Order: sequence, then structure tokens, then C-alpha cells
Amino acid sequence: MWIWFHRLASPPSFYRTAGRFAPWFLVASLLLLAIGVWGGLVMAPPDYQQGDAFRIIYVHVPAAWLSLLVYTVMAVAAFVALVWHMKVAEVAVVAAAPVGASFTALALVSGMLWGKPMWGAWWVWDPRLTSELVLLFLYLGVVALNNAIEDPRSAARACSLLALVGWVNVPIVHYSVVWWNSLHQGSIFRLSGPTITWDMLWPLLVCWIAFTLFFAYVQCVRMRNELLFRERNSRWVQTLMVEA
Amino acid sequence: MIGAIWAVFVRELQLAARRRAEWVQPLAFYVLVVLLFGLGVAPRDPTLRQFAPAIIWVGALLAAMLGLDRIFREDRDDGSLELMVLSGMPLPPLVGSKIAAQWLFNAAPLAFAGPLLALVLGLRGDPVWVLFIGLLLGTPTLMLVGAFAAALTVAVPRAGVLLPVLVLPLMAPVVIFGAGAVRAASQGLPATAPLYFLAAEMVLAVVFIPWVSAAALRNTLD
Repeated sequence: MWIWFHRLASPPSFYRTAGRFAPWFLVASLLLLAIGVWGGLVMAPPDYQQGDAFRIIYVHVPAAWLSLLVYTVMAVAAFVALVWHMKVAEVAVVAAAPVGASFTALALVSGMLWGKPMWGAWWVWDPRLTSELVLLFLYLGVVALNNAIEDPRSAARACSLLALVGWVNVPIVHYSVVWWNSLHQGSIFRLSGPTITWDMLWPLLVCWIAFTLFFAYVQCVRMRNELLFRERNSRWVQTLMVEA
Repeated sequence: MIGAIWAVFVRELQLAARRRAEWVQPLAFYVLVVLLFGLGVAPRDPTLRQFAPAIIWVGALLAAMLGLDRIFREDRDDGSLELMVLSGMPLPPLVGSKIAAQWLFNAAPLAFAGPLLALVLGLRGDPVWVLFIGLLLGTPTLMLVGAFAAALTVAVPRAGVLLPVLVLPLMAPVVIFGAGAVRAASQGLPATAPLYFLAAEMVLAVVFIPWVSAAALRNTLD
């Protein structure tokens, strides 16, 4: 059962597997994104209160979801990297941080664009907004630490430790709307069923999957690049380059 | 092992006692920052009192940053860190002992100066006590997380700006609950809940941070 795990742990075999999957992730993501955007911007009816402005959730919610998912992926990879000293996991930590920072920034900016007409302010000091901003700085901290340490393996392990310690923030962001009396909307997904109509919901779900697949694609490509760079003196990279 | 932990603790205190600047200067910095806030607003402006908790907490954070960089750096430069790693003693308790000493001469003075500065900024009565308890509960977390960041960056030649970038985001909950407790107390509300949160954070940090800091230190010595 663990054979696939050991196989993925070897850089050349991960390089090949990621290269095989990446194009499919990209195609599926673009296809679903097209359907989701069409469904969200054209098919879904305008909101009775917010009009057309609500349509920004088709970008905002998937980006915010990914900002948490990427950090969790990073923390799991960090744990694996620290426990098993696995090169591929170290690369996963380093490769995920800038992507996660971008999604966090996207979630913040799209939220601000929506907040101005709806709440009347670009920014409010609300628990969820603040903890999302803290999350952005945690990502930037990982990126800065990785840039500051010269030896790539030692840098990756330092980043892994930082990512694990910073992971405390993820549940805080996720539950901030429940725990504190927040201006931010609660989740639309409840046990009793979603709180928006199906016409608005399905494009959101499609965009959600499309964004996640896009992350999978970007992560595969970035990890492949990082692996090539780190292993540039090893035999498998040199054979690969001769073949190419 | 207790002997080793005690030896590290005493050594840190002796070093600090012989270089008084290291704990006097952060204190002076702290007082100056808070006083500049006082000078920055109009005389007898009542809003200063509302901002006092935030000013005092942020000032304490910034002042504590000043001493962090040297916690492990000098030990690494003169080789005593390697001796600690090679001594056969478990590293986390030794790291914890160093951090405890660092708290005693670097952060504890700030915690004691806090209530005095609060009086200067116009707080009176219960909120001052809540602030003091909050600082006593919050500064250990600050020192522990700061020492962790210092351990991560010990091999980086100039970690001056990097260190606050790593530490301050992690300190957000401490500022929120620390200043929140004082705000609650000045409105006559019970301040125990945020103080419990501060205590919980401190316990978490005391349990986990020495171990991750030791791992970070070992990583730089590989």
C-alpha cells in the first residue's frame, strides 16, 4: 500500500508523475472555470439585495478556500519533510508558499472590492479579515525565510518548522465567523443545506473545483521546476537534459 | 540534567549582569516609544487613554524584538551552541532554560514598566492591574516565539528585519487578547476570559516552542 508513497518520494519518479498529471489538471481546470464563470456571470440570477455585486463570490470564496487549503497542504508537507527528511516534501513546502500568498492576496482584494459598495468601507477591523491578513504575512514570512537562508535544504526545513508553528492560524481564520460576532457573512454551507439557491450555488461549486485543480496544476509545475533546479547536479537531471 | 539546565540559566544571567546595556536599552526604547505617542497627540487629549492598551502592548512587542537576535547568535559564533548540542543533554530543556533567562532580564522589566507607563497615559484603577497581569502572561509567549524565530534565522548573517517579519504575525493573538483585556476592564466588564486566552497561549508555547526551537537550531548546525 505504501509503495506509491515511496515512489513519489523519489525526485525523478515524482518529476515524471507530476509531468504526466499537470496538463490534465490544467485542461480540467480551464474547462470547469469557463463553465463556472459562464454559470456565475450569465446564468445565475442577480441577488435580491446585492444585485450583480454578489457575483464576486465566484472568485472570492474559491480564493479564500484555497488560501486555507494551500496552507494546510504546506503544513502537511512540512510535517512529512521534518519527520522523514523527504526532499519532495521540502520542495512542496517551498513551492506552495508564494502560490498561497497570491490566493490570499486575491481573496483580500476581491473582498475589499466587494466590501466598498456593500459595507461602505474597503477594510474593517473584523476578526476574519484581520486573520486572513495575518495569514498573508505568514506566507510572506515563509517566502522571506526561504530567500534568506542560502542552503536550500536547510532553508526548506526552517520553512517547514515555521509553517507548522503558523498553522495555528488556519482554524482561527476558518472559525472566526462562528466564534466572534463578525461583520463577515457566515458560511453558506450549513448542515441543514446551503443557504443560497441552487442556481447561484452550482457555478460556485464548479469554480471551487476549478480553482483547486488550478492550484494542483501550478503546484505540479512549480515543484518540477524546483526539483530540476535543486537536483541539477544529479545524474537523472543530466540524462533528462541530454535527451531533451 | 537539572544541573545542566541551571548552569545554562545562571550563565545567561551572569552574561546579562555584566552587559547591562542589553536589558537597559530595550527598557529605555520602550519608555521613549510610549512617551513619543504622548507627545504626538494634543495635550490632555482623552483619546490617548483609549489607545493606551494598544500603545503599551505594541511598544512592549517592539522593545522585546531588540534583544531577540542575540539569544542564540553569540552562542553559535563562539561555539558554545555546538557544545550544548554535543553535550549529550537533551537540547529542548537547555533551550527552554535560555529562553527563561532571556525573559527574566529582557521581557520582565518591560512587563513591570508597562503599568507605570499606563499611569503616564492616564489609565487608573483596575485596568492597570489587568494590564500588568496580561503583560506577565503575554511576554513569555512573546519571548518563546521570538526565540523560535531567532533559532530559525541564527545562520542568516543579518536577520535584523527578517526577525520581526516572522514574529509579529504570530503575535497577533497576544496583542488582541492582551489589549482586549484592558479594554474590557476599562469598560467595567470582566477581563478574565481574554486573560485565560493569554494563559492558554503561554502554556501552548511553553510546551511546544522549546522543542521546535531545538529542531531549528539543530537544522542550522547540520
